[in-house]
Amino acid sequence: MSLPFQVVVLWSDALFFGLITAVVMLGMCTRRQAPLRQSWARVASDKVAMVSATILAAFLFVGVLDSLHYRAQLDAVPGQAVAQKINYAVEVNSLLDVLLAPLRLHPEKTYSAPLATHLFSKEPLPGSIERGFPRLAWGGGHLGKALEHRTIDIVQRSALGAAGGLLLWLMLVSAMRLRFNRHNHVIDSAEKIPNGTQSAGAGNAARKTSRRAASHAAMLTLLVLFLIMGITMALGSGYHVLGTDKVGQDVLYLSLKSIRTGLLIGTLTTLVMLPMAVLLGILAGYLGGWVDDVIQYLYTTLNSIPGVLLIAAAVLMMQVVIDTHPDWFATSAERADARLLALCLILGMTSWTGLARLLRGETLKLRELEFVQAARAFGVSHFAIMQRHILPNLMHIVLIALVMDFSGLVLAEAVLSYVGVGVDPATISFGTMINAARMELARDPMVWWSLAAAFTFMFILVLAANLLTDAVRDAFDPRTAA
Amino acid sequence: MYQCTNASPSRGGSVYFAPMLAYIIRRLLYAVPILLGVNLITFVLFFVVNSPDDMARMQLGIKRVTPEAIQKWKAERGYDQPLIWNATAVGSAGMAHLTETVFFNKSMRMFAGDFGRADDGRDIASEIKHRAWPSLAIAVPTFILGLGVAIAFALLLVFFRATRLDFFGVVLCVAMMSISGLFYIIGGQWLVAKVWHWVPISGYATGLTAAKFLVLPVFIGVIAGLGASARWYRTIFLEEITRDYVRTARAKGASESAVLFRHVLRNAMIPILTGVVAVIPTLFMGSLLTESFFGIPGLGSYTIEAINAQDFAVVRAMVFIGSVLYILGLLATDISYTLADPRVSLK
Amino acid sequence: MSLLNVSNLVIDIGAARPVDGVSFSIAAGECFALLGESGCGKSMTALALMRLLPPGAKVSQGQIEFAGTPLLTLPENRMRQVRGGGIGMIFQEPATSLNPVMRIGHQIGEALALHEQLQGVAARARAVELLTQVGIPDPVRRLDEFPFQLSGGMKQRVMIAMALAGRPRLLIADEPTTALDVTIQAQVLDVLDALRRKQGMAVLLITHDLGVVARMADRVGVMYAGQLIEEAPRAQFFAHPAHPYSVRLFAALPDPARRGGHLATIPGNVPPADTRYTGCRFVDRCPEALTQCRESAPEWRAVTSDQKMRCFLERSMSAKKTDTEKVGSDDATALQGGQVKNAFLAVEDGDTAAEDNDDAVVPPLLTVNDLHVHFPIRRGLLQRTVGHVRAVDGISLQLRAGRTLALVGESGCGKTTAGKAILQLIPPTAGQVYLNSQPLTGLSVSELRPLRAQMQMIFQDPFASLNPRMRVGDIIAEGMRALGLQKESQKDTTQRIAALLGRVGLGAEMASRYPHEFSGGQRQRIAIARALAVNPALLICDEPTSALDVSVQAQILNLLAQLQREQQLAFLFITHNIAVVDYLAHEVAVMYLGRIVERGTTDEVLRNPQHPYTQALLAAVLPVHRPVAAVTRLTGEMPSAAKPPLGCHFHPRCPHADAACRTTDPAEVTISATHSARCLKLKN
Repeated sequence: MSLPFQVVVLWSDALFFGLITAVVMLGMCTRRQAPLRQSWARVASDKVAMVSATILAAFLFVGVLDSLHYRAQLDAVPGQAVAQKINYAVEVNSLLDVLLAPLRLHPEKTYSAPLATHLFSKEPLPGSIERGFPRLAWGGGHLGKALEHRTIDIVQRSALGAAGGLLLWLMLVSAMRLRFNRHNHVIDSAEKIPNGTQSAGAGNAARKTSRRAASHAAMLTLLVLFLIMGITMALGSGYHVLGTDKVGQDVLYLSLKSIRTGLLIGTLTTLVMLPMAVLLGILAGYLGGWVDDVIQYLYTTLNSIPGVLLIAAAVLMMQVVIDTHPDWFATSAERADARLLALCLILGMTSWTGLARLLRGETLKLRELEFVQAARAFGVSHFAIMQRHILPNLMHIVLIALVMDFSGLVLAEAVLSYVGVGVDPATISFGTMINAARMELARDPMVWWSLAAAFTFMFILVLAANLLTDAVRDAFDPRTAA
Repeated sequence: MYQCTNASPSRGGSVYFAPMLAYIIRRLLYAVPILLGVNLITFVLFFVVNSPDDMARMQLGIKRVTPEAIQKWKAERGYDQPLIWNATAVGSAGMAHLTETVFFNKSMRMFAGDFGRADDGRDIASEIKHRAWPSLAIAVPTFILGLGVAIAFALLLVFFRATRLDFFGVVLCVAMMSISGLFYIIGGQWLVAKVWHWVPISGYATGLTAAKFLVLPVFIGVIAGLGASARWYRTIFLEEITRDYVRTARAKGASESAVLFRHVLRNAMIPILTGVVAVIPTLFMGSLLTESFFGIPGLGSYTIEAINAQDFAVVRAMVFIGSVLYILGLLATDISYTLADPRVSLK
Repeated sequence: MSLLNVSNLVIDIGAARPVDGVSFSIAAGECFALLGESGCGKSMTALALMRLLPPGAKVSQGQIEFAGTPLLTLPENRMRQVRGGGIGMIFQEPATSLNPVMRIGHQIGEALALHEQLQGVAARARAVELLTQVGIPDPVRRLDEFPFQLSGGMKQRVMIAMALAGRPRLLIADEPTTALDVTIQAQVLDVLDALRRKQGMAVLLITHDLGVVARMADRVGVMYAGQLIEEAPRAQFFAHPAHPYSVRLFAALPDPARRGGHLATIPGNVPPADTRYTGCRFVDRCPEALTQCRESAPEWRAVTSDQKMRCFLERSMSAKKTDTEKVGSDDATALQGGQVKNAFLAVEDGDTAAEDNDDAVVPPLLTVNDLHVHFPIRRGLLQRTVGHVRAVDGISLQLRAGRTLALVGESGCGKTTAGKAILQLIPPTAGQVYLNSQPLTGLSVSELRPLRAQMQMIFQDPFASLNPRMRVGDIIAEGMRALGLQKESQKDTTQRIAALLGRVGLGAEMASRYPHEFSGGQRQRIAIARALAVNPALLICDEPTSALDVSVQAQILNLLAQLQREQQLAFLFITHNIAVVDYLAHEVAVMYLGRIVERGTTDEVLRNPQHPYTQALLAAVLPVHRPVAAVTRLTGEMPSAAKPPLGCHFHPRCPHADAACRTTDPAEVTISATHSARCLKLKN
């Protein structure tokens, strides 16, 4: 018995999940390292940070759903006796596509406003010579002729959705509370043993209250998210909540699909450049001499090329390569995926220099510190010194760079796609959405919802990332963490 | 690169400038291998990853590809020579082996300011000269106003540090830097030009009439950069304000504004300069987005047009010029350092 | 009537209370010293007087009255007139306390404009006058210079000139000489003292250094954990300290009378600032504590008519004991006296003689021959080497097992570089180093590795010498692992680490903790355990106690002395602290500008110094128990090692220098079998 579908693991999916696993494993490691755990505890007791983290987690959840790809099995062609070979659809879909099937599979003809029941522009009505606003195929289709009930219907659906969201939230909260209480108890007893003194107790209590306030804030955020989700789902089953674009695609669907692209560009790029930046930065700073000269030459050269131009040149060239080798890719999804990865690679190549320079400078300082001198006095090998003494003391910089780069990259994707050197035009992203909608504000009457949706989703994602970055930097930067 | 001197030689006359001159010459010499490296990278990207044949095929389109068409396309643009080594060339002392190649003609000639011709047949060098002015007309006011506004805003926040004003100012900064640059342009154009009809949406003119076309892009440029830079400057100011010499100034009886303007600002300018001066030469390159949205015939829109038309000669030229300007920016940074910080002298 | 009255001052920072009910007063023209170890709240008190507390800290109770004006309720603009005008202040770090990008003249001019309404030429003239007063040569030229062009001592003089610009009636000096070398400290204190007497200015001196207090103060207040615990006139305080803490501070001072013996230490550390107390704050560290001390906090109690303390104890046991001890040490601290006269030291000498006999048989553990470390200076278009910083310029040393050789010198003389070059952490430019007759110079990294177990180093800064991301156990085990000494199983390693921790006075359970959980003294113990882990024969100690408080310093010195007795360890002890040298070292080498100018046994060098620099260095040390003798101070400062003077390196500062000294490099002159110096004025 075979599955009714074929699991497709795109390269970007594999890397994305690999990255998530790596982050989780790193998290487990840091739990055992007291200084790092303290820094994370500081992040966890920051209200803004926890709210941002919750929102980011929601975005991540959407991204993960959108990264589980499959190809549906095609129905056996009648006439063929027994299917010798199962055929799969050319189209690669994700779990998110399945969940959003109602939105994806019910396109309109062209623009329609959010929650509208009619098209936005006048068209020749079917069966008449007059021009008017035709009814939408999906939006409000269930209302039939009773269009006057639209407002009531929307209110009813919203209330129902909100109730559903609230219920789900309550269930989740009570489940978490059960687990958290037990967990908290363990931590309490563990922390009491080393710090017996009064003073430490006072500090702990203060930290615990702020931690509790922060987790409450996170819970409230979760409630808001659940309410929005419930309402959107309830409305989405009958309307295009955020309207449709020029070719009639649902804007909400496009926005949700864009999240994965943004997340991938924001994370994979840094992942690609990280090993190189860390390795070269430490080597240049620690070894000095000609190694330093060569590495400095390398990054000054790369840095001297204006970023956008280097990316543009590389993307143009990559485009030629992809175009001249259509046989490399089985599906268009794979081709778009290859282009996405290549973009990450190119962005990574142009952005590792900053981190490498930062790490080189910091290594220069660390190299002169007395604990490194002490290790050298024991004859510890250069490699072991770099790995045991230099690298762990640079990790906070790497972490800060990681989170700081994320928001910049998400914004950069939009600009690059707009310029035409971003993701594949077939890939749904904030950039391609904005690019497609660039002239819509100039229309009369103007079409605002595509742009508004793209910018709002992007703004929330980037703002949450920026706020979390601030908290992470404050907690991990030794200058501010004191 | 820099060295702090703790001796106290007199800093007048030739004693001061001779090392500086030597330093500048050394840095300019160092620029040569960097530019060679840049050329090599672009050369590899444009001619090795894809052969001129590939480019010809793409430019000509699938339908008209014949070996003759490809040869003609290459010959028109001078891509019919070997890439790096011309084995068949004859010339004085064998130099022709190197000079009659694509690498020499397309990459090395850029050192002499010869950028060749664009696909539409126009001379790239003169086009660049022509288009630099509109770019500067936008970039320079944006840069100066942006710097002034950001520093003033940061100083305001620092003056009211640890108050609600400071808190909301920082939140505003973070929110502003979380907004896509595209939104500032699209939203600004829509609101100011389309709804309010204050200025034309786009276009450009020469002379003083250019001002009405420049107001909006400059304004948007300043606003778009404000969040990130004001927040950065605020961090620098705050770091500076914890230093011991600030405490000394207060112990002298100096007022808070004297402390801020006479002591903190002057010292904070040193790190700010590093970030800012490096940018000045690259102002020539113009802004890709602003220029293309506002229809300003500068280098930024030139670049975008070239990218969209896949005009490799222009892209290559812009890469080269960008690198030269970047290196000039580094040099300017170092020199401005010596002017701003008496402790630094170039060696 | 007193000029300054502080009553019941309480400062809070969040939950912490660094200053808790401090009251004192200063009369016009008086010098009052606040004495205490780091973290006791003395600097916080000073900043509160100026209303310059750091953000987050606030005065929550108490009164400050200056010249009849309550300062805490003064509006900010009136307070600004007091700052600089009524009260001047100088700080610990002259290097960072001046605005680096503002000319000296402008910085002084700023104060003159604010408080004297002087501008332009008049201000300039007054600034020149001020700089002359604080003893800055060529003041007109200095006005247009930037702080980085001045040395540390000069910067502190500029700070003083700036504080004096507003003609304050009270000067707050917060550790004014802690960052300076001893010869420079003496110069700066002379300037301060002369100005105070001439201008009738009151001084609030904040310091941890008993020597500075003895030199400067009229009255002393001892602070501990946020409270004043004893107050007395200087003479009374130094003759008869009353509070058990004060008594122990004296006892913890290294002193030749206790050489080879045990220094009194104060166990434990100063409690953190957020501790809540029920009884006496010192009770946990006080060996004489009564039950009463735990139950209620002691109030002020008069000991004599002008001495008071917060303690329940009669000034009896401990104070009596140290009084008698001090009689002996008074004689022994005759640093400048120049002759040995103490029976105790005579015994020590006999001991040395006995060991000398063994010398013929036992080769020295460490031999350094003509060691040079030069760093190239590159300039110009091609970055050619245009000169060298001669950090170490030909030093020779010998050290036998179980002995301590002190390498003494001021900062920048090359002593730390020498230590690192001996360990081959910095490649020497020339010269040889032999360890157990094996040459170390010119060996490859792998050839050197087996020898590294025999020599280890302890660093100055206990906060930088331990990797913050490693557990204490791993830190200690690192050396064993790297040198392949860890053949045994994991369990044995754990036991060995536990044993080492026990050895340095720490608990075995601390192996699983991270360095940030430890205090400075504890960290230094960990660093010692790390070095001991590989069983070295030679320990190079680079100022191991200079970052520590006196009471903790005593603990570390005791530990080192004990280790030497038990394991026949040899120490190369790099330091600038003469008192520590006198207590700890068998032999002394005095370094100046990359060269050793004098060496010999401790008694020879410290009691009978021959080189003018050694004499000046010893003269600059502030004695604790006697009034300062009127001696000629060393003028000027050490030149740069990039451009050492021709001839004798010391001639520009030497009071006896003549033409020959400027051209001829002095050879080593033997004074006795063990004592030699490099000076042209000495004859064999």
